[in-house]
Amino acid sequence: MHSVILVLATFGASLVEMVEALTIVLAVGITKGWKTAFTATAAALAILLVIIVGFGPLISKLPLPVLRLIIGTLLLVFGLQWLRKAILRASGWKAQHDEAQIFDTEVAALGGTRPSTRIDRDGFIVAFKGVLLEGLEVAFIVVTFGATQHQVGLAALGAAAAVVVVLVIGLIVHRPLANVPENSLKMGVGVMLTSFGIFWAGEGVGAQWPGSDGALLAIIALVIVVTAALIARLRRTAPVAA
Amino acid sequence: MNTMRRWIVAFFVGLADFLVGDDWFLAAGVVVVLGVAAIVGTLIASWWVLIVGVPTVLWISLRRATR
Repeated sequence: MHSVILVLATFGASLVEMVEALTIVLAVGITKGWKTAFTATAAALAILLVIIVGFGPLISKLPLPVLRLIIGTLLLVFGLQWLRKAILRASGWKAQHDEAQIFDTEVAALGGTRPSTRIDRDGFIVAFKGVLLEGLEVAFIVVTFGATQHQVGLAALGAAAAVVVVLVIGLIVHRPLANVPENSLKMGVGVMLTSFGIFWAGEGVGAQWPGSDGALLAIIALVIVVTAALIARLRRTAPVAA
Repeated sequence: MNTMRRWIVAFFVGLADFLVGDDWFLAAGVVVVLGVAAIVGTLIASWWVLIVGVPTVLWISLRRATR
C-alpha cells in the first residue's frame, strides 16, 4: 500500500512540475529552435538523474531513526508548503497557475530571433534552468520519500513516468498543457507529503503511533479534512471568487 | 578567494531558500512542534502533539498570508 502511495505521490509531483517545465521548453523550442530546447532538457534531466542516483543510496544508509527524523521533517516542511500554496489557490487568495499566460510571456521575452538549427545560448540557459529548477523539487521528493522506504528506484520510476507522459503529450499537442488540474494534483501531493512527514517525523522524535502503521491512513484522512475545512474557511473572506 | 566565498554563500542562501520556501514560519513552526513532541514524549504519549500542532502551524501560516 505504501508503495502505491509512493509512486502516486512522485508521479503527481513530477507531473505538476514537468507541466510547468514543458511550458518553458515549448517557448524556447518555438522561438529558438527545437535543437536548443531538447539539448537543454536532456542536460537538465541528466543532472537530476545524477542527484537521485548519487544522493538516494547515500541517504538510505543513515540509521532508521535519524533518517525518519531528518526526512520526516523535510517532507513535512515541503508538504506544508505545497499544501499552503494549493489552499491559497483553491480558496481564491492566490491566482491559479496559468500555463497559457506564462507561455505567452516566455515567448515574448525570448522572441526577436528566428528558430535556428544551431544551439542558441540564451534559449539553452532558459530551458535548462526551467527544467532543472522545476525538477529539483521532484528529485528532492524522490530521494527523501524513496529513501525512507528504501525504494528510491520505485519513487524515481513514478517521477520518470510523469516526465515521459508530459513529454509525449507536449510533443503531440505542441502547446502548453493548460487543462491539467495542476492545483488539485499539487494539493494531493501536499496531503501525501504532509501525512508521511507527520508520521515519520513523529517516529523520529519517539512518538508511538496508536495502531502502528495503520495510523498513517488516519493521518491522511485528518490532513484531507483539515485542508477542506481551511479552504472553506478562507473562501468566505477571499478577495476573488475561487 | 572572494568569488569562491560569494559562491559558497550564494549556494547556502539558495539551499535555505529552497528548503524554507515562501513562509519561514512553516519551517520554524514544524521545528517547534517536533521539539515539543520530543519533550512531551519523555513524560507521556506525544503523537497528539503533531496531530494538533501541524494543522495549527498551517492555519497560522495561512492567516499570515491572508491578513
